[in-house]
Amino acid sequence: MTMHVTMTVNGSEVERDIEPRVLLVHFLREDLGLTGTHWGCDTSNCGTCVVQLDGEPVKSCTVLAAMADGHTVKTVEGLEQGGQLDPIQQGFMEEHGLQCGFCTPGMMLTARALLDRSPNPSEGEIREAISGQICRCTGYATIVRAVQWAAEHEGADAAGGGPTNGQLETEGAHA
Amino acid sequence: MQIPAPFDYARAASVDEAVALLARYGEDARLIAGGHSLLPMMKLRLARPEWLIDINALDELDFIRRDGNRLRIGALTRHRTLLDSDEVRALFPIITDAERVVADPVVRNRGTIGGSLCQADPAEDLSTVCTVLGAEAVIHGANGDRVIGMEDFHRGPYETAVEFDEMLTEVRLPIRERSSSAYEKVERRVGDWAVAAAGAGVTLAEDGTIADIAIGLTAVGVETRVADAEAVLRGRHPSDELIAQAGQAAARAAEPLADQRGSEEYKRHLADALTQRVVRRSIARIQTTGA
Ligand SMILES: Cc1cc2nc3c(=O)[nH]c(=O)nc-3n(C[C@H](O)[C@H](O)[C@H](O)COP(=O)(O)OP(=O)(O)OC[C@H]3O[C@@H](n4cnc5c(N)ncnc54)[C@H](O)[C@@H]3O)c2cc1C
Ligand code: FES
Ligand code: FES
Repeated sequence: MTMHVTMTVNGSEVERDIEPRVLLVHFLREDLGLTGTHWGCDTSNCGTCVVQLDGEPVKSCTVLAAMADGHTVKTVEGLEQGGQLDPIQQGFMEEHGLQCGFCTPGMMLTARALLDRSPNPSEGEIREAISGQICRCTGYATIVRAVQWAAEHEGADAAGGGPTNGQLETEGAHA
Repeated sequence: MQIPAPFDYARAASVDEAVALLARYGEDARLIAGGHSLLPMMKLRLARPEWLIDINALDELDFIRRDGNRLRIGALTRHRTLLDSDEVRALFPIITDAERVVADPVVRNRGTIGGSLCQADPAEDLSTVCTVLGAEAVIHGANGDRVIGMEDFHRGPYETAVEFDEMLTEVRLPIRERSSSAYEKVERRVGDWAVAAAGAGVTLAEDGTIADIAIGLTAVGVETRVADAEAVLRGRHPSDELIAQAGQAAARAAEPLADQRGSEEYKRHLADALTQRVVRRSIARIQTTGA
């Protein structure tokens, strides 16, 4: 069986015919050519495949592309807006939040979602948010600083700042 | 590259449609909720359903609702929603304790309480929690709903009372006065399954004696409540001495298997120590909230 899926990826609607067993990570990389989303452990443990599904970070090796039909996906390619890096991307650059870069796309999408719901997270909150994702290079310290940099500079440049996903629900709990 | 074997996919628009699809496709069909237990099994070909019925569009199963003296939780409620709920934390802090250590934050965005209970992995945390809280499971089939207790729901590792053409729709938790609860798990690292874990629910009488108590263990070979440990404390004034005896009874009841997470002896030690901690914490919580 093949099926037809339609979803919004980084703001554009895409349609494809796929097999139901295609995982979202492979759909993004192979069908759409968005190879910024990395694929590592294949067992939902490492988090390098994290993308946002309707604004929430998910491990795309453990979501079927079919399950994303009709939904909104954001990948690392969608962080930059109009030639302007997202503050998260800028933060990783300023604070050396990456070395090999393998974990980086997933880290950035989780961090983006964190700042969207909690603009001034504590170090503990940042560490908790990325705790399902493994970095073998940095020791995490610079990733934490990168997210803090982004939190401090968010909104400083209005174009790149602010929530990047219009349909996030506002939940007061973490404000 | 791990990829599931081929299957056909359907998305259910209602609970009745999901159940009708299950009946139509028979034993070869499976529901998929968060998919975070099922898809890994399908990648390893430990599961090979011919049909997947996606229930993620069933918003009517994603709820936490107080209804008189019980809390009702829809089967599609995500771990993350349970963790963030103030109402859940106030009524059943054991759930909040457990949800903090179920998998990791990203997995918790997808995994559901219904998927957890139906997966019935021996190291899964919410089965112990629901058993300790005296939960009832609402199971929906072609002939309507049936409601059963956790003792009947849980049939053993990876086995539940939900038939192939039925689904779990709701979990109901009784709210009791002067009661509280706690859960504690030892894991090797974030996101790992328990080496061992314990949960307790305690109700105190006016005079401070333990009117009722439930104790459960995770990942140490005990699927039911630990009656021997409960019996030590029920009807008594809790003391360090009695709580230590309850811990020892829990360790005796445990039948852990040695594996890469630890030896039998270590896991028995954890059953003892964690039981003592969750009983103490439950009592302390009743005393501080004055509930
Ligand atoms: C890396 C990782 C670490 C994890 N660590 C832990 C942990 O420490 N503790 C823990 O408890 N869990 C852990 N889990 C499991 C996680 O909590 C899962 O999300 C959960 O067990 C299954 O929920 P799900 O919604 O994803 O279920 P699914 O995978 O969608 O389904 C699981 C099973 O339940 C059935 N099912 C689902 N919903 C229903 C329903 N409403 N009625 C009838 N049948 C249904 C499915 O057909 C399937 O057989 C971990 C998972 C991962 C990937
Ligand atoms: S590839 Fe998805 S979590 Fe590792
Ligand atoms: S930068 Fe290499 S794994 Fe994180």
